[in-house]
Amino acid sequence: MVTQTEKQTRTVKLPRTSKPFWNSRTQDILLPILGTLGFLIVWQLFSASGLTRLPGPLSLWTDTRTRQLLMYPFYDLGGLDKGLFWQTLASLGRVAQGYSMAAVVGISVGILVGSNHLLNKAFDPLFQFLRMVAPLAWVPIALVALQQNQPAAIFVIFITAVWPILINTAEGVRQIPTDFQNVAKVLQLSRKDYYINILFPAALPYIFTGLRIAIGLAWLAIIAAEIVMSGIVGIGFFIWDAYQQNYISEIILAVIYIGAVGLLLDRGIAYIQRLILPKA
Amino acid sequence: MQVIPTTAQPSSPASTKQEAFLTVDNVAKIYPTKTGDYTVLQNVNLSIQQGEFICLIGHSGCGKTTLLNMVSGFSQPSVGQVRVNGKPVVKPGPDRMVVFQGYALLPWLTVFENVYLAVKKVYPEKSKAEKTRIVNEHLAMVGLTEAADKKPPQISGGMKQRVAIARALSIRPEVLILDEPFGALDAITKEELQEELLKIWNDHRCTVLMITHDIDEALFLADRLVMMTNGPAATIGEIMEIPFKRPRNRTRIMETPEYYKLRNYALDFLYNRFAHDVD
Repeated sequence: MVTQTEKQTRTVKLPRTSKPFWNSRTQDILLPILGTLGFLIVWQLFSASGLTRLPGPLSLWTDTRTRQLLMYPFYDLGGLDKGLFWQTLASLGRVAQGYSMAAVVGISVGILVGSNHLLNKAFDPLFQFLRMVAPLAWVPIALVALQQNQPAAIFVIFITAVWPILINTAEGVRQIPTDFQNVAKVLQLSRKDYYINILFPAALPYIFTGLRIAIGLAWLAIIAAEIVMSGIVGIGFFIWDAYQQNYISEIILAVIYIGAVGLLLDRGIAYIQRLILPKA
Repeated sequence: MQVIPTTAQPSSPASTKQEAFLTVDNVAKIYPTKTGDYTVLQNVNLSIQQGEFICLIGHSGCGKTTLLNMVSGFSQPSVGQVRVNGKPVVKPGPDRMVVFQGYALLPWLTVFENVYLAVKKVYPEKSKAEKTRIVNEHLAMVGLTEAADKKPPQISGGMKQRVAIARALSIRPEVLILDEPFGALDAITKEELQEELLKIWNDHRCTVLMITHDIDEALFLADRLVMMTNGPAATIGEIMEIPFKRPRNRTRIMETPEYYKLRNYALDFLYNRFAHDVD
């Protein structure tokens, strides 16, 4: 394996003309690795010094329980005793449901509010206000209103993710160039034709901005929501459970999962955005 | 402040009782502002025959676009009325198609689809094949068959303007309204497009109302040149008949002494009699 990559790097290195490119590529790859490595070393030394109870990154491997979790993400012993893959999947499932609802509601209400001046005036202050309420503050409200953990968790996702989608969609609709609206007027386009050919494509970049902000928030929210909701399969509650039982290095492992999944979700939406939006 | 002649000059003898095809009847446009009413246009009277080619000229801020917007129906006169075929204009419609200043092509649709959108709306009863034929015919007319599948960001300004013209003409409007259509184009493209527009107009004979800043353009294209006084409270200063025979040939009309007489007259109107206040 190592020799293979070395061979590849040599062949890339050969042409003289691509030297600056190669240099910047080395920097792009090497520097993040060095930075992360440095961070991990400092952390490890810090926890070895005894100043903190937080275990170092090596504990992911040295701690037996955590090593089991690291090696077997797919185990399933029933109940809450599942591998991290299943825990993450359960959380992702909730995000998918809450986020889809937020997308549908956010885009449709956003279009409505964006194309109607009076509705916008009436509701904008309320939206701006509700948007500032932290996901965790919604949890007790959701639990009271919906009585059960699962729908409450999905509601928290929904209510966190819906605002950026709604507000950005409305802004996108308001920003439709007058020229395009005039084309629609002079051709007397039907509402359907106007939506399909002008409003939706014109607002699409804004909608995607909202969707991308929202996916990050949704993922943040599910972790927060699950921590409070005891007895459900999910990476958020897994962390809380590990904390209660003092398995600290398990928490570190779970946090790595959370970061990785969040990054993948963001990149996923960015990829779809690039796929759908015409290049400017 | 400048003294504005209050006697607006009616374009054709005011006594003609028979209504023209397009009538601008004693129109004024007044915008209410915090410091009182702001009059953009007043006492505007203009009668246009069917199939006439009219150019409007005047300094910026004289309300040319405001006047055009009232003909297209995007805005309503504060006083008076605009009538087409005897019917007052109340809203925009495809019978008075506009070629917008910024082309207003939808960048997510191809050239073909941009024109097709208009054709589909105006001829809902026609078959798909027939609508496609109409679009292709008009794209061919402006020489854009090759670019049919391109999107507007991929084509040049001159090509975009051709698409806008093709879109406008494909729906056979009774009045074609152009707001400085060639202002942003280079001199050669501009002349090419003027000639194309004239040729197309010769074939279709729709009524054309066009804003321009270019006296030579107006002299080459128009039957009559409407010269506006300066705003605020602008009105039609004079209307110049351009008598050159059609079909016109640019070099030939530019060789006539008449051309320079008209040109100097218009220049004098714009730069001496109604010179723009230096800001």
